[in-house]
Amino acid sequence: MKKQTEAFVSVALIAALLIVLFVLERVIPSTSMLFTVLKKGAIYALVAVSMNLLNGFTGLFSLGQAGFMLVGAYTYGVLTIPVDQRANVYMYYDGGLIQFALHPILAIVIAGIIAGIFAYLIGLPVLRLKSDYLAIATLGFAEIIRAVFQWDKLGPLTNGSNLLRNYPSYKSVLFYFAASGVCIALIVLLINSTYGRAFKAIRDDEVAAEAMGINLAHHKRIAFVVSSFFAGVSGALLAMYQTSIQASMFKSAMTYEILLIVVIGGIGSITGSCISSFLFIILSEWLLRFLDSELVIGGFKVPLLRSGFRKVVFSIIIMIIVLFFRQGIMGTKEFSVRGIYNRITGKGRKAQKGGAADE
Amino acid sequence: MSENVLKVEHVTMQFGGVVAVDNLNLEVNKGEIVSLIGPNGAGKTTAFNVITGVYPPTNGAVYFQGKKIVENHPQGKMRRQYLGENEGKYDHVIAPTPDRITKLGIARTFQNIRLFKSQTVFENILIAEHMRRTSNLFTATLHLNGAEERQMRQEADRLLHIVELDDVRDELATSLPYGKQRRLEIARALATKPSLLLLDEPAAGMNPQETDELTAFIGRVRDDFHLTIFMIEHHMDLVMEISDRIYVLDFGKLISQGTPDVVQSDPRVISAYLGVQEDE
Ligand SMILES: Nc1ncnc2c1ncn2[C@@H]1O[C@H](COP(=O)(O)OP(=O)(O)OP(=O)(O)O)[C@@H](O)[C@H]1O
Ligand SMILES: [Mg+2]
Repeated sequence: MKKQTEAFVSVALIAALLIVLFVLERVIPSTSMLFTVLKKGAIYALVAVSMNLLNGFTGLFSLGQAGFMLVGAYTYGVLTIPVDQRANVYMYYDGGLIQFALHPILAIVIAGIIAGIFAYLIGLPVLRLKSDYLAIATLGFAEIIRAVFQWDKLGPLTNGSNLLRNYPSYKSVLFYFAASGVCIALIVLLINSTYGRAFKAIRDDEVAAEAMGINLAHHKRIAFVVSSFFAGVSGALLAMYQTSIQASMFKSAMTYEILLIVVIGGIGSITGSCISSFLFIILSEWLLRFLDSELVIGGFKVPLLRSGFRKVVFSIIIMIIVLFFRQGIMGTKEFSVRGIYNRITGKGRKAQKGGAADE
Repeated sequence: MSENVLKVEHVTMQFGGVVAVDNLNLEVNKGEIVSLIGPNGAGKTTAFNVITGVYPPTNGAVYFQGKKIVENHPQGKMRRQYLGENEGKYDHVIAPTPDRITKLGIARTFQNIRLFKSQTVFENILIAEHMRRTSNLFTATLHLNGAEERQMRQEADRLLHIVELDDVRDELATSLPYGKQRRLEIARALATKPSLLLLDEPAAGMNPQETDELTAFIGRVRDDFHLTIFMIEHHMDLVMEISDRIYVLDFGKLISQGTPDVVQSDPRVISAYLGVQEDE
């Protein structure tokens, strides 16, 4: 298959997807669970891919994703609440410190940048640590950030432990797909660039990478900042989707959810992360909801089903995956038009590492 | 300008109470193939690690093409623990990271092969081009550096052809037979365009035929790439055949040096090194 054909088919598929979404939005009521799943799935896909950039492609085991999402979400909320709403939202802080409101798109970009700046600053000391310590340090950072954003003294800026709300948000699922899609495309382009090759070299063997002239500190910092930038953007999108946010939402459990998505999808596979985000959201928002509510069948109360049981099931799933399916759905392979074409025509099977997948 | 490409001066490397390299002095001249030999644990790899910036030495200096690239002296806690000589002679600290040493023109291979295991032969070589990039994060991400990218790939392919690995270009590096992995690691080091090449036991684990091929390969590489080669090796046939000069290390100390003939007949070498080898 020619490169142009491949590109053409890919673009056509994306266009078809957007048209389908566009039509769905017109025929299905907007309160449908379908849209919840699609929007949240798109947001989680972005943050999962951003985490994969670090954990899967650069080999940096970081658990700070929820912290950077929080920074992004707050940046978005703080910068976009309309001026006439501020007295209402910041009612305990005399309307707050900031008395302007930015355009949502601009605020999303700034949300990413602020998250990136945070990442740059904490990356300086933290990125020197080896894997397990890095995970602990980034997790600690996320917890500290969550506490700091709820701190009363910062109330005029963050509204303390109160909700941020009344900021503008886009309702269409198309917006979430477009925003997340553009960001994921940028990450894919980065991974396929010479920088991406350097990241993968660091992942495979730090010592050898350094001997090949790759400045470890510099490249780890780039990966960390870029990953956090996109985590910040996804935080902003999440804020928009939720229509109100609070620092206490961004617990470490959120990072674990994202980690679970990355592991299920395959550490080192972008398409794997995307597919498993939607799977995860479908499961947790839709199919497994019943696990959290008591169920009585013919006077018999089904045991175990109660609030929080879903979490137990998820923990079991993650253990099973880690024990038996360490490769996840995709391993390090990617889902691509060319891969499917080759599988259908039976071509290039030997050249590629496996059927519907190629690098 | 001095003739020597590499000069190691009073280098001592102490790990805790272990003096792995003790007051090492040596020189490698332009165009030479020099070998560093010695029993297991003599401190040979440690000497390489000091030269390439993996560890800053506890004391001493390293010069490359007449320029001081590494320098250190015992500091802090080490000041009291220090067991070596020449304390206080060096008062600066120059401790570049390994990537800076590579950019200066010193490339190396590793005792236990360290290829990028998830990547193909071609990609392993291509990585070396990254350090010469003129693109930045933004132009590279947006793929605005098409010309540079093409040139990088051309360079990598050209090198693959020279080292005769183009037939396995798209294979996973770790799927190659052992001898070819060694060759690939040398090729990858060459891709950084070094003027000094450090080889850490390039013939380790090779059969006699592979060793012969490697001997020819190293000689050819030196001539084709106008290289100076400094090599750690246990295979005595290879060392004696190919080396212009040899240094012998035992328990971190230099015990002999000179041409293969001189070293071979040095009684200290025979007792320390060759004696140990028989036990292996
Ligand atoms: N990072 C380190 N920390 C502590 N001790 C070390 C370290 N690296 C090397 N050593 C010690 O230094 C001594 C020399 O080791 P080195 O690896 O340099 O030997 P070598 O001459 O390369 O031996 P071989 O022929 O087995 O490769 C050994 O006693 C080793 O245990
Ligand atoms: Mg060694």
